[in-house]
Amino acid sequence: MESVLVYGTINSIIFALNAIGFSLVYGVSRVPNFAHGSIYVLAGFVAWSLVNDLGLPYPLAVAIALAFSAVIGWGIHRLVLRRLRGLPTSEIIASFAVGLIILEGLRLQGIGGFKGFIGPNYVLKPFVDGKIEVLGVFVDSQRLLVVGVGLVLAPVLWAFTHHTRLGLSLRAVAQDEQAAMMLGVHSDRSALIAMVLGSALAGLAAVLVLPLGNVTCEVGYQVLIYALAVCIVGGLGNWAGTVLASFLLGFAMKVSTHWFGAVWESVVLVGTIILVLLVKPSGLLGKQKELEERV
Amino acid sequence: MSTRKLRKRRVDRGIHVRTRGLYALSSYREMAYLLAPRLFLLVGLLGLPPALDLYGQRVLCAAAVFAMPALAFDFLAEYVGLVCLGGALFIGFGGYAAGFLNARLGLSPVLTIPLGTLAGACLSTLVILPCLRLRGVYFAMVTFMIPLFARHVIVALGLLGSTEGITGLDTLPDPLIEIYVILAAVLASLFALRRLVNEDLGLILRGIKENDQAVAASGISILRYRVLAVFIASCIGCFAGAYLAHLYGWLGLSLFAMDFSILPIAAAVMGGTGTLAGPVVGAFLLTSLSEALRGFGQLRVVLYCLVLLAFILYKPEGLLKVLERKYQQFERREEV
Repeated sequence: MESVLVYGTINSIIFALNAIGFSLVYGVSRVPNFAHGSIYVLAGFVAWSLVNDLGLPYPLAVAIALAFSAVIGWGIHRLVLRRLRGLPTSEIIASFAVGLIILEGLRLQGIGGFKGFIGPNYVLKPFVDGKIEVLGVFVDSQRLLVVGVGLVLAPVLWAFTHHTRLGLSLRAVAQDEQAAMMLGVHSDRSALIAMVLGSALAGLAAVLVLPLGNVTCEVGYQVLIYALAVCIVGGLGNWAGTVLASFLLGFAMKVSTHWFGAVWESVVLVGTIILVLLVKPSGLLGKQKELEERV
Repeated sequence: MSTRKLRKRRVDRGIHVRTRGLYALSSYREMAYLLAPRLFLLVGLLGLPPALDLYGQRVLCAAAVFAMPALAFDFLAEYVGLVCLGGALFIGFGGYAAGFLNARLGLSPVLTIPLGTLAGACLSTLVILPCLRLRGVYFAMVTFMIPLFARHVIVALGLLGSTEGITGLDTLPDPLIEIYVILAAVLASLFALRRLVNEDLGLILRGIKENDQAVAASGISILRYRVLAVFIASCIGCFAGAYLAHLYGWLGLSLFAMDFSILPIAAAVMGGTGTLAGPVVGAFLLTSLSEALRGFGQLRVVLYCLVLLAFILYKPEGLLKVLERKYQQFERREEV
């Protein structure tokens, strides 16, 4: 029982970390960044390569990986998304294509001596080793670190989007682009900022969460699905909704694993999503405006 | 310094203007002008199989299989306003339904392909139903998740052979029959859809795409028509799935593979979205291209995506619309 509580909380925070970058990009630029999962995996592989191939110290590698994912986000916006502004269908398809190019491209073998990231050999070291007892359950320190970062990050991002000039201008573009432009907010630039920030957040989630398991390309799809699930259940671009949905899905998964077995995890996840869609198509905390554009 | 500025001017060909109305019937030349592109596709597709060797026929089969979900994608995206990123879900459900009927109930392919198509289409529509009230991006996100989740669920519940799938399904008796079944299906769905979108039903669907509030205000149930449209598209996609299961005599999780989601989209964008014939042409071109580059293996998906990106960024109208313009208009440079 305690283990469900503890691991459920940890799982929920992992969910929230995965979803937060995706939710931010959509909330600001109305672009569903289907490349989110690929950036996540890419950051993990970059960190791994820097540590194992170049022998860089771990913190430096992580910093470079974060910067790299931000640059990728910049590139995607600059080369692809910016050209497709205002064409929602094309934006969706193009970001989906970019994501697939990165994810499937990572598996390529034999071009320029590149071995392809396949197999179980890619494991990132945890930042901190050791175990700590919480509520009578042993939890390794990396998971606690994830929880800590999650607990700090959520309020910081909330404060950023609600109480800083830049954050407010980003939200202004999301709510009414024309009015924001009249007040001197550069809408292309705020979309770029959102994309860079969202990608960096994906990278951050990657270097924090990936040490808990293997780095594989499948993780990219998994992360994207979870991020999408959280956003659909919670309502896109809605902070409280994102957090609430993360906890709902995180606990639903852990509870089903504990009582029915691990295979039921995904079945319960699908069931939860479908139930929420049937009962409340606008998401848990959907407001009128969101209702208008969703339903 | 003087610069001569030229601009491109497009003028309709005389014959194109003459064939717009009833005057098209005035001479054989005009009728031939109208019929040529349609006959070219028909005769080209139906006449090709005997000229090919067995390998070429197999490639043509695969291309035709991809053309079906491409058609479904184009129909849903351009005429109903539902962007479905999970084309694999149609293939998967159709294939599993037909495979189940064949392997567990022992029906022959003559029955399982149509029954599997219907059962798969009902199943797909049922799965998509909860998210049909969603719009645009949200619909795309949910449909993207469905095939990936379907794999998890099949493995989790150990349905129909779980991870291994089922082998030893009946195959169709003759390679030529095999290929003509799918080619006929592609052509039939293509021409049927082209008719459909110009009927009253098509008008309502396009209305829903452009402004669903207005359609709802006219007392028309949006949900009902969306369900109908999804069912039509599912039938087309699921037929390809049911056929595929019998083509290879095998069904498994790879029926839900990413290929079946991304290639139809790439084909639709390459051929020209909204033309219906474009996705079919795109599917044939793209499959031949990826067959020619077979050595790259896993590169396939990357290749599709690169083609997709290139077209969406630099030629968003697609191949068919360019060809159509050349056919209907001539261009000349003139001074500004």
